[in-house]
Amino acid sequence: MNGVEKREPDTGVTETKKEEKKKETMRLEIGSDSRNESFARVVVAVFASRLDPTLEEIDDIKTAVSEAVTNAVVHGYRGGEGSIYIEAAAEGRELTVTVRDSGAGIADVAKAMEPMYTTDCTGERSGMGFAFMEAFMDQVEVWSEPGKGTAVTMKKRIGG
Amino acid sequence: MEEMSFLYEARGQVLVIHMPKELDHHNSRDLRYETDLLLSENYVSKIVFDFSRTVFMDSAGIGILLNRYKQMQRSGGSVAIYGAKPQVLRILAVGGITRLVPQYETKEAAVAG
Repeated sequence: MNGVEKREPDTGVTETKKEEKKKETMRLEIGSDSRNESFARVVVAVFASRLDPTLEEIDDIKTAVSEAVTNAVVHGYRGGEGSIYIEAAAEGRELTVTVRDSGAGIADVAKAMEPMYTTDCTGERSGMGFAFMEAFMDQVEVWSEPGKGTAVTMKKRIGG
Repeated sequence: MEEMSFLYEARGQVLVIHMPKELDHHNSRDLRYETDLLLSENYVSKIVFDFSRTVFMDSAGIGILLNRYKQMQRSGGSVAIYGAKPQVLRILAVGGITRLVPQYETKEAAVAG
């Protein structure tokens, strides 16, 4: 000990930690390419990680995004060229993800959302895309107009 | 590089298909063609899917499994799964595969089962 008294500087200000629940957002535009299905789900999963989700919640988000992007590639653009727009927002404990395309659109959204409904005649697709989105997210809303495109908005509360 | 290839292994009349790390619409497209080819050229009484490497699967995987299941049903054969991890197990449950296809922990059990 050298006898020097250490004193914390007194600023007279008591700092209050203000945890503001700011809304954080991200946007991503990708080409309609099946290779981008994994890219998109990984990007959204990384964005969602700031909400401190469990591994299971991360898997849920990845699955739902994978389904929505696959729908855009397969049904929206029918394997052709086009852009897929992905927007995500984190606010409080809620994650919102929108996957939008300017492709063919869906004439009957309610029918398309029925489990096992598929337009694929090779029988290789399960027709469970929307059912999976609904199973793994809390809320799924679909906007679509034939000739204009489709937008799927999904919400999930992280941490119960 | 992402793992794209499926590995096939013949064990007598049993065809073992080693599934890739990620199974989605993109990297499942070749599987139908390849298994169709294998099934037409060989007598296969059972298909065993190895999911021990798979960490991600979506409904594309369910489509594949359901179709191979129906295919084998038609020819009097069977289908089994082994090595599925938690994410895959949940997808199998939601996709309705759990009650159709028996699951095993090891390849030996799946081949014998």
